[in-house]
Amino acid sequence: MSLRSPMGRVLGLGSAKDGTSHWWSTRVTSLALVPLCIWFVVSLYGIDVSDHAAVVHFVRQPINTILLLVLVPIACYHSMLGTQEIVEDYQHDKGRKVLALILLQFLHTLVAVSGLYAVLKVAFGSSL
Amino acid sequence: MSNTGRPLSPHLQVYRFMYTMATSIAHRVTGAVLSLSLILFILWLVALASGPVYYHALVVLLSGPLGTVVLVGLLASFWYHTCAGIRHLFWDSGIGINKAAARLSAYAIVATTIVLTLLSSYWLVMPKVHP
Repeated sequence: MSLRSPMGRVLGLGSAKDGTSHWWSTRVTSLALVPLCIWFVVSLYGIDVSDHAAVVHFVRQPINTILLLVLVPIACYHSMLGTQEIVEDYQHDKGRKVLALILLQFLHTLVAVSGLYAVLKVAFGSSL
Repeated sequence: MSNTGRPLSPHLQVYRFMYTMATSIAHRVTGAVLSLSLILFILWLVALASGPVYYHALVVLLSGPLGTVVLVGLLASFWYHTCAGIRHLFWDSGIGINKAAARLSAYAIVATTIVLTLLSSYWLVMPKVHP
């Protein structure tokens, strides 16, 4: 016998009110990040990272531009989900918790936009 | 939250320290380190977009002793979090959730992390120390 109400079953939200979306998003982004991060780290071996022109040349290759544009937002989203979980686990004061969660969202949005802008500027900018 | 007289569930300190606990804590700590490293990664991209002068300044900074420590720590965190994350994905799909398998995979991810960190640190950091 289920103790859940019929409405609760239909909405499928559980006690946390947002279902399993946070947990599921963490897993899906991690699944995407495994090949993306390994591609990125392995790629760095092929170029002289201390040479600005060499790295620019690398970022300008279409496949690398695309993969970086995918990597940056997914990494930021995964980071936001993870740091949110840490705040929710250790910060029990409701006001501080909400403030920290909002700050994390603002910060991750800023970081993601900065990264995307930088990749696009390197990829499409005329002079560097 | 105002009723503080409630009985509390047992917290960390009552449990015997176990390898599964250590791998779990390390996964969270390396995750936090990687969130901070994300800022460095974006800074690297922004420096790249800002031109050779800014980029060179960042390379000089990261080539120094402190920069080397940061990069090696970043690589260790990255490999550990990646290996432990893959372990979690296996667990989520129902594979390897028993004492023997968890012990084996704990050793496996630590060993893999050490090997990959040493390899990647050598190839990625060493050439930059003397450009």
